[in-house]
Amino acid sequence: MIMHNKVIAEIIEKYPFVEAYFEENKLDIKGHENKTFADFLNSFSQEEIEDFAIDKESLVLNLEEYINLMKSFLGIQEESGIQSLTILPGHDKSENPEGFNELTIRKSEIISIVGPTGSGKSRLLADIEWTAQNDTPTGRTILIDGEIPDKKWRFSSNNRLVAQLSQNMNFVMDLTVREFLELHAASRLVEDVEGTIEKIIEAANNLAGEKFALETPVTSLSGGQSRALMIADTAILSSSPIVLIDEIENAGIDRRKALSLLVDEDKIVLIATHDPTLALIADRRIIINNGGIHSILETSEEEKELLVKLEEIDHFVQGMREDLRYGKQLTK
Amino acid sequence: MNLVVFSGPPSSGKTSIILKTIDALKQRDISVGVVKFDCLYTDDDELYEKAGVPVKKGLSGALCPDHFFASNIEEVVQWGRSMGLDMLITESAGLCNRCSPYIKEIKGVCVIDNLSGINTPKKIGPMLKSADMVVITKGDIVSQAEREVFASRVNSVNPKAITMHINGLTGQGAYELSTLLYDKEKDIETVQGMELRFPMPSAMCSYCLGETRIGEAYQMGNVRKMDLGDDYA
Repeated sequence: MIMHNKVIAEIIEKYPFVEAYFEENKLDIKGHENKTFADFLNSFSQEEIEDFAIDKESLVLNLEEYINLMKSFLGIQEESGIQSLTILPGHDKSENPEGFNELTIRKSEIISIVGPTGSGKSRLLADIEWTAQNDTPTGRTILIDGEIPDKKWRFSSNNRLVAQLSQNMNFVMDLTVREFLELHAASRLVEDVEGTIEKIIEAANNLAGEKFALETPVTSLSGGQSRALMIADTAILSSSPIVLIDEIENAGIDRRKALSLLVDEDKIVLIATHDPTLALIADRRIIINNGGIHSILETSEEEKELLVKLEEIDHFVQGMREDLRYGKQLTK
Repeated sequence: MNLVVFSGPPSSGKTSIILKTIDALKQRDISVGVVKFDCLYTDDDELYEKAGVPVKKGLSGALCPDHFFASNIEEVVQWGRSMGLDMLITESAGLCNRCSPYIKEIKGVCVIDNLSGINTPKKIGPMLKSADMVVITKGDIVSQAEREVFASRVNSVNPKAITMHINGLTGQGAYELSTLLYDKEKDIETVQGMELRFPMPSAMCSYCLGETRIGEAYQMGNVRKMDLGDDYA
């Protein structure tokens, strides 16, 4: 027992994050700081125990567990993060072996994923998230840094391997951008909250077509602004080393900058997309069919040339969009 | 036979998660049946039937569904055994978030959704706090940040639980859950004599017994008054 004979004030001093534990469990410790946690719980009357559904025994055990989890979480944050993700082949829905030998994706690398709806993109992602060890329907094996991954990636709620960004995502909290980021930073136990928030809003505004302020409610951001904020926040604040993006709509956001931001923050980036401007930014793309990886294509020189052309068209359209927004007459 | 108890607020995605999980269990030739507990109405049994899953439903009507669960679980287990199931899943929606139907020694899974708001983990009592596994749904429609904040709040009220994110629409994560639920060695013959993980509230007042009239004179038993302060007049 870490805090068996420690009073609450001492526990808080040693592990400041336990205040969140008291808060979330609705335990008002004010005025009880000089008691041990067990004594504090014993001060509740039988009626209060029933009213607040207090389970003394598990609250004590859980506090212990919580401290251990948070300690290891903080320890992991100090580590340098992961260097590479390796996928070893399994088979498709018809039990045919997948068409590659070994796929290693390094940090700061972008890889795209293409394939019709229902072809197995979700399954691939689930395999990565679960760090499959030939124990999922595809028979794939996932390695982290070339080794069999630690179980923590499967079971810990604070250390997820994959962060996801998709088209359908919305902000549902009724908060300003600042409050929203403060909340996220607090849950990640960030020390320099103010500095981190500044960094995120600057990065987000660098991506967004139209700038926004920290005092804007997140629910009134435009589609492009929301995506910009989500990407900047995921790049800078999320602990997940792998980011999966499910399309980024081409409006109100500079997608190339968005991807470089993620890459600069040492993320491994997977993009499921059928938009050529996005898919060709990656050096390689995974072709999925019938539940399996059919092949892995390198982006060819010709495709890279095409990408330049596509980006010019993109730029042209974006320019017109801007002109429209600011009330200009469009010219050839 | 394995027994698994699913619980969670209404509309959190329990049925979708169970159906996707059963799909995964079926691939491994594990036969699963479901008993759905609800209060006034449910048509989820049709969804299970459509999926070819043996199902029974129990409507508690005037009773609290969790109390109804406790009074019926033994019979339900015997039904599952007579059907020759490898796994029986019970599904029930908590109504007041105060009770939980989990039984000691039996796996308990709580399903909650990201859309319910970040203060939800604080509001739900033993249903969340004493679960062995917490499944978080609807992650595909909220931002990464909200998912992370929500998960960390779940973690602070139930640090022991395995927390999983499952997409009830695509089933992403359901296969993984299925591997954690089924235990070949486990065989529940009866739940007779087992204990609930947490006592249900001992409320019993005249309204529990059918009283409809309002007023001091009709309030009997466990009656409690709100503290409205004395600054009103």
